[in-house]
Amino acid sequence: MAAPDPSTSSYYVSDDFYAALVEDFSGWQTTDRAITDAALRDSCARFLAEEARLLDRDRLDDWLALFAPECIYWVPGTRDGDPRREIAIAFDDRRRLEDRVFRLRTGEAWSQRPGSRTTRIVSNIELYSTRDREVVMVRSNFLTVEFRAGETRIWSGWFGHRLRDMATHWKILVKQVNLIDYDQNLRNPSIVL
Amino acid sequence: MTGLRTINGTTSGPAYDYDKLVFEDRVHRVLYTDPRIFDEEMTKIFGAVWVYLGHESQVPAPDDFVTTRLGRRPIVLVRDSEGVLRALYNRCTHRGSTVCREARGSAKSFQCGYHGWTFLNSGKLNGVPWPDGYADNFEDEKFNLAQVPRVDSHRGFVFGTLNLDAPPLADYLGGVAGPLDEWLDRHPGGKVVLCEANRLKFKGNWKLLYDNSADGYHVVFSHRSLLAMENRFDDDGDKGMAFYKSNPDSAPMYVRYFGNGHHFKDKRSNVDDRPGALWEIEGPHPGMEHFEASLRQRLGDRADRALDLASSEPVNINVFPNLHILGNHIQVSTPVSVDETDTTWYGTAVVDETGELEGTVEAINALRMRTQESFPNFGEVDDLANFEQIQVGFQAEEDEWVYMHRGLGIPDRFDVDDDGVITGPSTDEVFMREHMQAWKRLMMAEPRIAITRAV
Repeated sequence: MAAPDPSTSSYYVSDDFYAALVEDFSGWQTTDRAITDAALRDSCARFLAEEARLLDRDRLDDWLALFAPECIYWVPGTRDGDPRREIAIAFDDRRRLEDRVFRLRTGEAWSQRPGSRTTRIVSNIELYSTRDREVVMVRSNFLTVEFRAGETRIWSGWFGHRLRDMATHWKILVKQVNLIDYDQNLRNPSIVL
Repeated sequence: MTGLRTINGTTSGPAYDYDKLVFEDRVHRVLYTDPRIFDEEMTKIFGAVWVYLGHESQVPAPDDFVTTRLGRRPIVLVRDSEGVLRALYNRCTHRGSTVCREARGSAKSFQCGYHGWTFLNSGKLNGVPWPDGYADNFEDEKFNLAQVPRVDSHRGFVFGTLNLDAPPLADYLGGVAGPLDEWLDRHPGGKVVLCEANRLKFKGNWKLLYDNSADGYHVVFSHRSLLAMENRFDDDGDKGMAFYKSNPDSAPMYVRYFGNGHHFKDKRSNVDDRPGALWEIEGPHPGMEHFEASLRQRLGDRADRALDLASSEPVNINVFPNLHILGNHIQVSTPVSVDETDTTWYGTAVVDETGELEGTVEAINALRMRTQESFPNFGEVDDLANFEQIQVGFQAEEDEWVYMHRGLGIPDRFDVDDDGVITGPSTDEVFMREHMQAWKRLMMAEPRIAITRAV
């Protein structure tokens, strides 16, 4: 039997998947796991810059292509919480991420009419190893300036990217977006962060 | 009641003659734009009626607290060391600083950061640094924290009012307690617990949100992108809120007005009354196929009920002025200023104290968290953006009126029962006209506002 297509069904977001996700994102930024290899770091930095550029240029389909088929885009509403027991600001699997892009593309998502213009700065990039030799965790700080409907404002916080090394390129397994104001009332959080 | 102090002279006379601003079919734009009206509402609406303050599951044990607001007033909702629910003013009796800066926690006492005055969680002053420097007797109750004189709860929903003339909570809720109870009773043990939130805000007046809360007319337009998204894989196109699409005027759903500003849009009649029917119209959600397969394997025929618990309940229950039950959410809106409002969509989780869900409650909740994230992410953001555009439109000051007359004057459009409860098509603005009349009566009345202090 062929594996189910994660764009049309969601079998991979299982109990085991959640348990591994929570484990993967717990206590991972430790000195003993830090990767200092300059070439690897540069490769990840270029990848994150590419991701930011695609989002800034509203190339959402190309942005989606950076993700592995079975992926998660996760904006937690708590610190160190468990998405099985708590509401997140966003918790998208592959299909919901494509839903998000589909909705923005309908032209009838009023929260994005007019659409936002963004400039994303991604910096302070640090790499950490995982048990899987082909998977690295990348921590970065972000500053996203959003202009919409005559106003300019700032989103900020840090990203936790879980990246798989595909030899010639990276694929995003998980993108976690940790807003500094994650526990506050947010105005129009309709852009992809 | 000892410790009670009636507050006089806090409201100046009405800013306007409200009979000239609120008519049967329309209201004036200044209701949404004038800061003087907003200031008056903070006393005559938010001071005068039972306002939702929080849920008991946020303060389950003695000494638990959450900070909240009653209108603009900073409040600590606490279950004190004796287990009594209190709504303390978060305001030091000395110089006025807040005494609690945390969103939630557990504390037997609160200490002001400014001069170190310390208060027990009953509100009683426990000590001041170097009291010898004062000639006062600190046993005087005037030094204890002010608190909301009347706090009561309905099946976990905690309300408070400052108005000594307000009816008992049960009378204030009246008929809206019916759908509220039905919403609770679909869950094991007849209860839910809060589980964090989608926290949103918008640059618009708080009444724009309340006006929209039972509006069945906007759905197919405001939420067109969400409807398209939910149905992009579905040939029949009947997922989510698709029952609005044909002619919502004649759909089986209805809107009902109970009095005191409370209303109810009941969409349950659009869905078959059988286990599994709610789950069948859910749009796509993360983990949906995995958890459905796993629950069916574990529960067999009983899986339908479990899956319905993870599905959105098709109701909008609106308790004036700040509480909305919709889907599985407890949505709370809090005015910030005349043109800024916070609205927090608390998720709810199922609890299973008797084991009737046969060990599947974690799986149900893992699914239920994801179903609940859908509307705030893909629906509410568009509503709030539209409210902001109304606030912009209202700056056109010569164009004065806001119409809410849908259904008005059409014969046999509404049913009114012996208790005055009005029922009509879900797309009619009858609920809006009625809550505006309730609003006007409150704005023209003088509430008997009081605070109390521990003795």
